[in-house]
Amino acid sequence: MGVGDPYGMAITHAIASGLGGMRGAGDLVARMQMSRGMRINEAKAYVASKLKIGVMDLTDPVIMTELRQELGLGTVTPLPGGTKGIEAKFRMAEFLGIDINCVKRFRHNASF
Amino acid sequence: MKKIFTRMGDGSPVEMTETEIRRDLEEGTREAALRGKIPALGEGDLKHLLEIFTIPFRFVSVERGKEIVLSYDAGTLKIRRVGLSVNRIQALQIYEKLFGADTMELAHVDYSFKSIKPIVGNEQPVLEQALLVTHIPLFYGAMPNLGLYSQPDGPFPNPAELLPQGKIAEARRSYEDSVEAAVKDMVYVSTAMIESGADGINFDTTGAAGDPDFLATLRAAEILKKKYPDLCIELGMAGEFVLGMHGGLEYDGVRLAGLYPHQQVKLAEKAGVTIFGPVVNTNTSRSIPWNLSRSVTFMKACAEVSRIPIHVNMGMGVGAVTVTDHPPIDVVSRASKAMVEITRLDGL
Repeated sequence: MGVGDPYGMAITHAIASGLGGMRGAGDLVARMQMSRGMRINEAKAYVASKLKIGVMDLTDPVIMTELRQELGLGTVTPLPGGTKGIEAKFRMAEFLGIDINCVKRFRHNASF
Repeated sequence: MKKIFTRMGDGSPVEMTETEIRRDLEEGTREAALRGKIPALGEGDLKHLLEIFTIPFRFVSVERGKEIVLSYDAGTLKIRRVGLSVNRIQALQIYEKLFGADTMELAHVDYSFKSIKPIVGNEQPVLEQALLVTHIPLFYGAMPNLGLYSQPDGPFPNPAELLPQGKIAEARRSYEDSVEAAVKDMVYVSTAMIESGADGINFDTTGAAGDPDFLATLRAAEILKKKYPDLCIELGMAGEFVLGMHGGLEYDGVRLAGLYPHQQVKLAEKAGVTIFGPVVNTNTSRSIPWNLSRSVTFMKACAEVSRIPIHVNMGMGVGAVTVTDHPPIDVVSRASKAMVEITRLDGL
């Protein structure tokens, strides 16, 4: 993105053209770009097929909140007993079939 | 004839007729095509740009289904710059939970690898703790900033002092020494942050100090990719073409000075970069239609030849965004929409 106050830059781009982060599946699509070097259409198609939804639904906060709750991928509004933070990232790594660096580190440091 | 509200590159409001906007769109793409030796935008793209400028709404967006991934260079610094009294982990959470960020970046206020090296041990626990409570991928980012390697800030003779004395060879030697030192610092800091769990490393404003800066970053990326093959490396540029401060530096047999985005990305690919962030500078004395048409032309050529994801830089002063601290949403949203819909980019 770039320099500028968060309202003019981060928020404006997010609403104009962003995937919506964890309100939708933006973080999951980003993980496929970052871990596999997938370009945008391939990354979206991969995540949509894993979620068994259409590509158009990846930014839908109603569909995605339900799915994220069901799959334990973390939600914007945390629920009591629900997966949060690193717990959700354990689920993401398994669900997307990728390695997540901090998950590997957590597993290594927490295991006996 | 009806006047349409838009702005100049410095952000000042201006009213233009549809004919004037069309003329600037044509001139902007011609200028980019001439400089970059790339194709100018076709009639369909120019028409689409004109439509984006003539939409009367203050805010516009991409069509549903065309959304892209967002990455945030100097992420946590943006919160500090506006004076919010929150720490960096809270800043990451604000972006994740309130701003709809797809990724985020932890950054130190002294945003250069050289400055971070002595305090990297203090940076690691912050990232480690942040990773426990956040969900979105987290980068650690900083600038190569080769300017810090010459005297009085660094160990090597200052090329800006040597060049006026005609000491060309000495100046070049200083740049070459700076490259070696910068590579070591970038690899050192990045290794520490990767070992702490970072999802990616962002080399931000690469090339700010010209071709030595770009070369050092390509070499650091190459070393890190060999060391961590699964690592995500984002390389964002500082300007639209690589300044030839040294003039003779090459990477993989290609001279770096003067390269434009569609040429830079090919070297980034070779170095093992995962995501490339090209830049087109905003001209403050030309209109936003001129700047946006020019920017889109460069970015379209870059995204078309690229085999890796492209996250175009669209902050203050680049990507047709005005050179102002508080970019107006009429400009930013139009630039965002145009860039995403006309080029084949993967993110911003």
